[in-house]
Amino acid sequence: MPDAAHVTRGPLEGLIICPVCDATYQLQRPKNGERAVCGRCHHVLIAPRAKAGMQMIAVAIAVVVLTIAASVFPFLEISAGGRSNAVSILDAALTFTEGPMLVLALTTAAFIIFVPLLRMLLTLYVLVPVVLDRPPARHAIRAFRVSEAMRPWSMAEIFALGCAVALVKVADLASVGFGPAFWMFGVLVVLVLVQDGFLCKWSVWNSLEHPKRR
Amino acid sequence: MELVGTSQKTVTAREAGLVSCTRCTRAWPIETEICGRCGAKLVSRDQTSLQRVWALWLVGIMCYVPSNIYPMLRTEQLFSVSESTIVGGAVELAQYGSYGVAGIILFASVAIPLGKFWAIAFLAVSVKQKGGFASQHRLLMYEVVEYIGRWSMIDIFVVAILSALVQLQGLASITPGPAAFFFALSVIFTMLSAQAFDPRMIWDVQADDDGAVVND
Ligand SMILES: [Zn+2]
Ligand SMILES: [Zn+2]
Repeated sequence: MPDAAHVTRGPLEGLIICPVCDATYQLQRPKNGERAVCGRCHHVLIAPRAKAGMQMIAVAIAVVVLTIAASVFPFLEISAGGRSNAVSILDAALTFTEGPMLVLALTTAAFIIFVPLLRMLLTLYVLVPVVLDRPPARHAIRAFRVSEAMRPWSMAEIFALGCAVALVKVADLASVGFGPAFWMFGVLVVLVLVQDGFLCKWSVWNSLEHPKRR
Repeated sequence: MELVGTSQKTVTAREAGLVSCTRCTRAWPIETEICGRCGAKLVSRDQTSLQRVWALWLVGIMCYVPSNIYPMLRTEQLFSVSESTIVGGAVELAQYGSYGVAGIILFASVAIPLGKFWAIAFLAVSVKQKGGFASQHRLLMYEVVEYIGRWSMIDIFVVAILSALVQLQGLASITPGPAAFFFALSVIFTMLSAQAFDPRMIWDVQADDDGAVVND
């Protein structure tokens, strides 16, 4: 096949293959701020950003601190007829406590708190040595793999919309107040989305494969 | 900006005698089994993909049915106890005038799951059929399914928040019903089903069609 020979001459390291549609390209690294997109399925292959590593580390630290704070402080509070009740996100996640509902409680807590938290910790573990031009941390490859596999299961932003819906549902039953954690959580959702925007997977894999030497 | 898309006709890794790592995009000779960069298992086309898609899809549907029959929420107020299903709860909201929220619930809990079941089934069937839909349309469908499926979890989170929040001794309390359990399982299994789908198959049918024309 002449076409194939044309594309694949040279070392395999100089190729990039679209994971969505299997199209093969000669690797051309885009400049910072530019993107390399698959011509067939428009999947973004490489999207490097200047100082992305440093920014991601800063955001990840902020997310870790905010997640811990937001899960223990009161989140929402309702009152009606002289009685009131304040709950934290952890309370909300762990409401399902009977029988099979316990499994549901743990899953919910994982989706809202533990998965996002763990992802950020793994990101820090992988990125800090890379950004500081040190050799990659031990098991960095496995850590990044786990972090990427958890991505669809990190559902903080969905929980945020769930809050809005829940508020409307109780609005006529009782009056609702916002605790400090509510605002922290709002910031958190934005930060998590920003973080996902910064991440260029290819750049991370590449730097793990070819660590810079000092 | 298509910096990479320089070749006129797309050459797939399989045609070039290569296998790609779908996790880190590295190329390897086709007989390679494990990616040397990220450790992922390499398969040119995942032959068991469709079996897993269908199995998980079926479990997802089996969980979706009871989640619509059993009550999702149990509300105890001063002198009354009421139980509502997913659809019942949304209808109630609409009756109180909250059309927007009722719409969100119906969209996330009924339209998205049903649409997703249909879309996954359609994709899984269509990669086995020649001709028909253009790859671009099927790709769009795949991306929508991948992106939007998670949002069905919203109803579970609403139930969780309400049950934790509305615990006013003697006045009102809300507890989750069995439907919450089944619904969460249904969402999880459909997400797994969509993840099991190998999108590279979307183009293979078209490529086979093209190939047939060129070779004649
Ligand atoms: Zn592609
Ligand atoms: Zn790999």
